[in-house]
Amino acid sequence: MAETPRSFQGIILALQSYWASKGCAVLQPYDMEVGAGTFHPATTLRALGSNPWAAAYVQPSRRPTDGRYGENPNRLQHYYQYQVIIKPSPPDLQALYLGSLEAIGIDASLHDIRFVEDDWESPTLGAWGLGWEVWCDGMEVSQFTYFQQVGGHDCHPVSGELTYGLERLAMYVLNVDHVMDMPFNDPQSPIPLTYGDVFKQTEEEYARWNFDVADTETLLQHFKDAEAECARILDQPAVDPKTGKTIVMAHPAYDQAIKASHVFNLLDARGVISVTERQAYIGRVRALTKACADAFVQTPAGGAAA
Amino acid sequence: MPDLLIELFSEEIPARMQGKASADLQKLVTDGLVEAGLTYASAAAFATPRRLALSVEDLTATSQATREERKGPKVGAPDQAVSGFARGAGVDVANLEVRADKKGEVYFAVIEKPGRPAAEIIAEVLDKTVRNFPWPKSMRWGAGSLKWVRPLHSIICLLSDEAGAEVVPLEIDGIDAGAETQGHRFLNKGAIKVTGFEDYEAKLKQAHVYLRPEERAEMIWHDATNQAFAQGLEVVADPGLLAEVAGLVEWPVVLLGKIDETFLGLPPEVLQTSMKEHQKFFSVKDMSGKIVQFVTVANTETSDGGATILAGNQKVLFARLSDAKFFWENDLRVAKAGMDPWLDSLGNVTFHNKLGTQKDRVERIVALARELAPVVGADADEAAEAARVAKADLSSEMVYEFPELQGLMGRYYASNAGLSDAIAAAAEEHYSPLGPSDDVPTAPVSVAVALADKLDTLTGFWAIDEKPTGSKDPFALRRAALGVIRLVLENAERLNLAIFLIRAERSSRDDVLYSRMRKVDEDIGNLEYRIAGERNADIAEKLDETIAALKNERVELLNQLGGERAIESGLVPDLLSFFHDRLKVYLKDQGVRHDVIDACIAMPGNDDLTLLVKRAKALQATLETDDGENLIQGFKRANNILSQAEEKDGVSYEYGADPKFAEHDAERALFTALDEADRVIKPAMEAEDFGTAMAAMAELRGPIDAFFEGVQVNADNDIVRRNRLNLLSRIRSTCLAVADLTLING
Repeated sequence: MAETPRSFQGIILALQSYWASKGCAVLQPYDMEVGAGTFHPATTLRALGSNPWAAAYVQPSRRPTDGRYGENPNRLQHYYQYQVIIKPSPPDLQALYLGSLEAIGIDASLHDIRFVEDDWESPTLGAWGLGWEVWCDGMEVSQFTYFQQVGGHDCHPVSGELTYGLERLAMYVLNVDHVMDMPFNDPQSPIPLTYGDVFKQTEEEYARWNFDVADTETLLQHFKDAEAECARILDQPAVDPKTGKTIVMAHPAYDQAIKASHVFNLLDARGVISVTERQAYIGRVRALTKACADAFVQTPAGGAAA
Repeated sequence: MPDLLIELFSEEIPARMQGKASADLQKLVTDGLVEAGLTYASAAAFATPRRLALSVEDLTATSQATREERKGPKVGAPDQAVSGFARGAGVDVANLEVRADKKGEVYFAVIEKPGRPAAEIIAEVLDKTVRNFPWPKSMRWGAGSLKWVRPLHSIICLLSDEAGAEVVPLEIDGIDAGAETQGHRFLNKGAIKVTGFEDYEAKLKQAHVYLRPEERAEMIWHDATNQAFAQGLEVVADPGLLAEVAGLVEWPVVLLGKIDETFLGLPPEVLQTSMKEHQKFFSVKDMSGKIVQFVTVANTETSDGGATILAGNQKVLFARLSDAKFFWENDLRVAKAGMDPWLDSLGNVTFHNKLGTQKDRVERIVALARELAPVVGADADEAAEAARVAKADLSSEMVYEFPELQGLMGRYYASNAGLSDAIAAAAEEHYSPLGPSDDVPTAPVSVAVALADKLDTLTGFWAIDEKPTGSKDPFALRRAALGVIRLVLENAERLNLAIFLIRAERSSRDDVLYSRMRKVDEDIGNLEYRIAGERNADIAEKLDETIAALKNERVELLNQLGGERAIESGLVPDLLSFFHDRLKVYLKDQGVRHDVIDACIAMPGNDDLTLLVKRAKALQATLETDDGENLIQGFKRANNILSQAEEKDGVSYEYGADPKFAEHDAERALFTALDEADRVIKPAMEAEDFGTAMAAMAELRGPIDAFFEGVQVNADNDIVRRNRLNLLSRIRSTCLAVADLTLING
């Protein structure tokens, strides 16, 4: 068994090399604010169509409502997810997954690892799948999902998606009680840094901004703008008048959907969205992702005949 | 006779689905076998997290051969008819037999089905079962098309007898049936080959899998209670949780852990909910009833005796309860300061986009609770205050996290805000009753708020025309109506619902207008913003038109809000009849006849449900006696004769019956009996003693029967006839005092 990682980044590196060794393309984070690794187009869009796909990546994720000013031992408004997506889902995906736990030092002969029902649904992505949350000694360490539908499209073949909540997993492996105390780099480094050294201050700053300062009028406007731009992009004719090529702009449109989704999360954190409005907003974001998915399946990456 | 073993081995099956799935497997397979002509002695099905298994004992080795004869068309019938008949019977035309019949020669088809080997039948039945399995939710995986609850990995399908075991040849979507399975995911390595059910169960046990769910549940409960008992503690029973946990493990290992002292000050419901919902832990209480420890059930044995697992679970619990404590402490701060921020933030929460915010709704409930208070014996100010804070906990962090604690947290927070016990209780109880068997609040303040809450819900959704239709009742309005009915009846409250419905309707309709107004203002704002940036003149013009229309609507709304407006919507009668329909369902469950209820609904004051039910119960009791039954006959006879005469004569015979025109003893006796009955009925009706009134009516049965036996109503003498009709009218008016007996069947 590999040596147990001693730091947060050690765990990330161990996952990266494990999944690289299993044949995944190790991608980099998507350069936009997202609520979860699933929003990365490498998952949302690539789960569509018939082309095989295997990717793994870290995705910084933001959940404004979860901000606790860096005080809660394990709640953060900004955190990292590790995401693995393989299409079609291989028959030994559970075993592969358990191998990844071993790679980061979770020894199945000492721990209680369980697959507990958790049907995954993302109303904003118009997506759902069946699977489990994986428990290690009662702690949810990952989400394990077989995608059945994304953006309103049935998934054929089915993608297997693994999502690790990195902070929580790492705290457990490293036996740390408070996320801010967790070693970010190797504690033996010349300049040892904790998670708190890196993120404590930003958690405070963002918690204040998310909850009390973010200008709701501006955000509402951003939402409308992203929505309008998404629709405008997808309204363009498929053939680019300049190059004469067929270029369906699924990704730029999808960026706008991501933007709208994040703005919606911010508005939610500001407490200005009521229960019924929530449904309406979610429906609007879903309409965007659905339109982007419709566009993506018309592209070569989406399995359309070139 | 061979035994059959089937195992469907998959990735983890949700605990809540296992019980039904094993029962379905048993039913679908055994039904299929029997339908195909096999018989068996017994069958049993089992589930673990990773497998469904079925054992069928003493199965017949082959199905019975069958022979069926069908008579077809006459010889000489058109070819099409003959070939159609042969096709239908599954026989070649050449093989049809010709037999002599009474009318000539006729074709016969002889359909012979030879006995089939069990294996062949099993393969078909299992294939069909797997492909059509009634999972509540199923999925595809990889590039395949088969659906199962989670990916299906292997199938055992084994027929065994004294001679040995044989795999039933079978392939489903690339999975070949075999004789092998897997044991525990971690405690066993490698495949297990089995020869029959006994061998299967025994080898699984060696491989750390207990096949039987009830065995796992018993082990868990036994170990948990023993370990707790050893420490002088007691496990809080929770059969639902026990069944769930038994479905999460193949090899249960019970571990007893401590709750950190920091959290022992949390309300016990919070501890219990958090541990159960998030962690599937059982709560363990000490002798004083305080929850101090927990039981978790692991799926594995470890070299350190579960120490790592328990430590991990304790850590997770610490984090979970830290969250709960964080919510609780934040909430308490708000509560102790009077909960104002929560009440304000209800104004940001839309209840329904046409009915305004939760805050609007609370204001309506406050007004209604204040008016209901004196009627149900509550202090008006206290009821209003209780209504004002009843929904406050919806804004609290704890309820956001655990919606199932709504109401209960409201009670804690109201107490901490220094409000009276009655107000705190109302915060919890005003949601009740939620179902037909849920307890009904009895404290007057709780009753006032609970009624106001439900009446507001009903009038609100009625005002925006969101009534239940068919099986659709998204706002649980039937439940709300039943709640009102039970609150009123079980507390014997006397109130005229219509009065309160009228008031509730008025405020609901106001809020519908206000909500629309807010929406219109918002839309105007948005459109004006859009128009400012619009460069296309055509679109700008269209937008302008829309804005103008909205501004007109705004003026209209203002007029409606400002002016005195009569509400003649028919909402209250419609809603009342909805109540009556629910009441019928409710009373029917208590054995009260439909027609009895209808007869009472037809009486005045039918919006006073307690009065209505008093009538119905008295009437029902009377109808259950012989006298009552016959009274109805007599009454109906009197009523029919009278109605016919009234129709024919074009007059109504209402008064003026005089005993001096009576010619017959039976007639005179009826006068006397009616006078006596009236003497009893009048005061009884004033006292709402419908039982006594009905009993007095039932006494009339004899005199009425005797009257009809001895007296011809339509006498030749017109005075006598008219007098007798007037006498019948007395029967009618007396008998209609309690209920409209014309509506009684029979």
